[in-house]
Amino acid sequence: MIRLLGILVMMLWLPVSAAYADSKPVVVASKNFSESYLLAEMLSQLLEADGNLVERRFGLGGTLVCYEALTNGEIDVYVEYSGTVSQAILKQAGSLSIEALNEQLRRQDLELLGSIGFNNTYAIAVKASLAKERGLATVTDLARAGDLKLAFSLEFLNREDGWPGLKQAYSFSGEPTGIEHGLAYQAIDKGNIDITDAYSTDGDLERYQLTTLIDDRSYFPDYKAAPLIRRDLDTATRQSLDQLSGLISDDTMRRLNGEVVVQNKTFAEVANRYLFEIGLLEETTKQDSVLWDRLIKNTIIHLQLTSIALLLGCIFGLVIGVLVYRSPNVSRVVVYLAGLMQTIPSIALLALMIPLFGIGFVPAIIALFLYSILPILRNTITALLTIDPLLKRVANAIGLTPRQQLRYVLLPLALPNILAGIKTAAVISIGTATLAAFIGAGGLGEPIVTGLALNDTNLILQGALPAAGLAIIVELLFELLERILVKPHMLKGVLPT
Amino acid sequence: MGYAVQGGGLFPHMSIFENVTLIAQLEGWDEEEIESRYQYLFELMNLEPLFRDRYPNSLSGGQQQRASLCRAMMLNPPLMLLDEPFSALDPITRRGIHDEFRKLQRAESRTMILVTHDMAEAMKLADHLVILKEGEIVQEGSLEDVTKHPSDEYVASLLTLQEGGS
Repeated sequence: MIRLLGILVMMLWLPVSAAYADSKPVVVASKNFSESYLLAEMLSQLLEADGNLVERRFGLGGTLVCYEALTNGEIDVYVEYSGTVSQAILKQAGSLSIEALNEQLRRQDLELLGSIGFNNTYAIAVKASLAKERGLATVTDLARAGDLKLAFSLEFLNREDGWPGLKQAYSFSGEPTGIEHGLAYQAIDKGNIDITDAYSTDGDLERYQLTTLIDDRSYFPDYKAAPLIRRDLDTATRQSLDQLSGLISDDTMRRLNGEVVVQNKTFAEVANRYLFEIGLLEETTKQDSVLWDRLIKNTIIHLQLTSIALLLGCIFGLVIGVLVYRSPNVSRVVVYLAGLMQTIPSIALLALMIPLFGIGFVPAIIALFLYSILPILRNTITALLTIDPLLKRVANAIGLTPRQQLRYVLLPLALPNILAGIKTAAVISIGTATLAAFIGAGGLGEPIVTGLALNDTNLILQGALPAAGLAIIVELLFELLERILVKPHMLKGVLPT
Repeated sequence: MGYAVQGGGLFPHMSIFENVTLIAQLEGWDEEEIESRYQYLFELMNLEPLFRDRYPNSLSGGQQQRASLCRAMMLNPPLMLLDEPFSALDPITRRGIHDEFRKLQRAESRTMILVTHDMAEAMKLADHLVILKEGEIVQEGSLEDVTKHPSDEYVASLLTLQEGGS
């Protein structure tokens, strides 16, 4: 069975490893919201027009993931905002110019290129109708209103320059709840929440008829967008990236974002059209890969992620299980440790992988592997422990060596339970692997992450449905495998008296 | 040393043939040798040939016990330890299997140590008796010795019990 799995993994691995083997491309990344995708796509197209090979790692899960990936050399460039650099990276308050920031970034061998032009600062958004009804024009008005339901994105809630500072600056009394940014607008539209954070260039503001409140105490710092790179990036690449400098205003950015999120155009299309408009690029007819191609590619990557992780989990779980099951104390400790791993939220575990293993395929596999251990290990130990002691005694007494006892008696008797553990691990892995897109590992999580950024249910379903289908197929395959490997009377737990 | 226990202790995931011949297979016997030994024992123990590919759960308790004895004798061991092999069987089955057991002793004579609580069984099958009480040997000797000269009241009471019993 293991040999069969090995061949399967090899087959899945080939197409992608071939793609990875190409000469060094410029790796362009984006965070997981639509403006970041769009700007990254523009930079990618400019680089490609100048003859560079580009690898797109879009939709990484937040500032720190991008920052770690950049300093580790996993990615070469992503668009960052000046306010984010000073507060989230340099841990300083106030609005600094790009020049001043570069002074300090020098120590970390990072550099911001010229500002793209617009200022995408945080804004507090409220339905236009509600603002009118309650007479809300400024953030001060809101702080006085008191009884409105606030829900902010988790990043905003936790950043120094987000809610904690805002609460102090305006003496807010209410306590907000956290919400995924991509879902906040739907929630506000349906009236589940009244207030959320927004980006001032957000195309969704128009779609949902939201208005932004004036920051009358100038609390929010500047968030000027600019490409963030490592200082050692070569000159030609810098020049390609610098072409966008000063060319997009606040209004333009809001319009372009709107084209993506409201009119459902692709990033590639909007980026290409605009770059053509301003004369940087010839118009191309290059289309995004069609639905099925993308679906198949994502599914293959998803299967690679889960199958490799599962294979490692099987080897590790079985070997450790067989080694420790004789000692109840060691077993308890090992299962406890594996369980501890399970309690780390998947997103947090993925984020923990970045400083150690960077972003992409490898850390995602390691994280999935860690998750798959517990069900396999626990079932292996339990199965071996609960075998009828009489049979163990007989196996020993009729003269089987310990290895033969394991091979011919213990493992076959434990097999139904072990298989059930592997099946659980497989189904969990398929679900969890969708989160791997946050650290740039691709797979079926990619359309989900992009869909969340775009608030595009269709796109979310393009990831969620195949993932669910895959989980069902895998479940059925395991049942088939069970039927082949295990005699039916062994499944019913029927033992001779 | 051959070994058989109460209930048979057959491995539920293996067919009767696999159970009986497992050790011989692992010892590297050749196919023919295994086959002929298996056939011989199966006939000796009065087992249906069609049990060969069945799993233990589809055999009765007595049939499982006989298959278990086949397994114990597969390698033709000079010594066999039988740990209450017949105690879970109903009286009629037990009588049948006792007959086969004696047939076996005649066919392949070897030293067999049979542990039992059933005095009647002991007297029917044994040449030499060792009577244990709380882990200590109370009396040891030939069947005749023990029945004619019980060493103490405990042994005497055991013998009386069996007379009333069967």
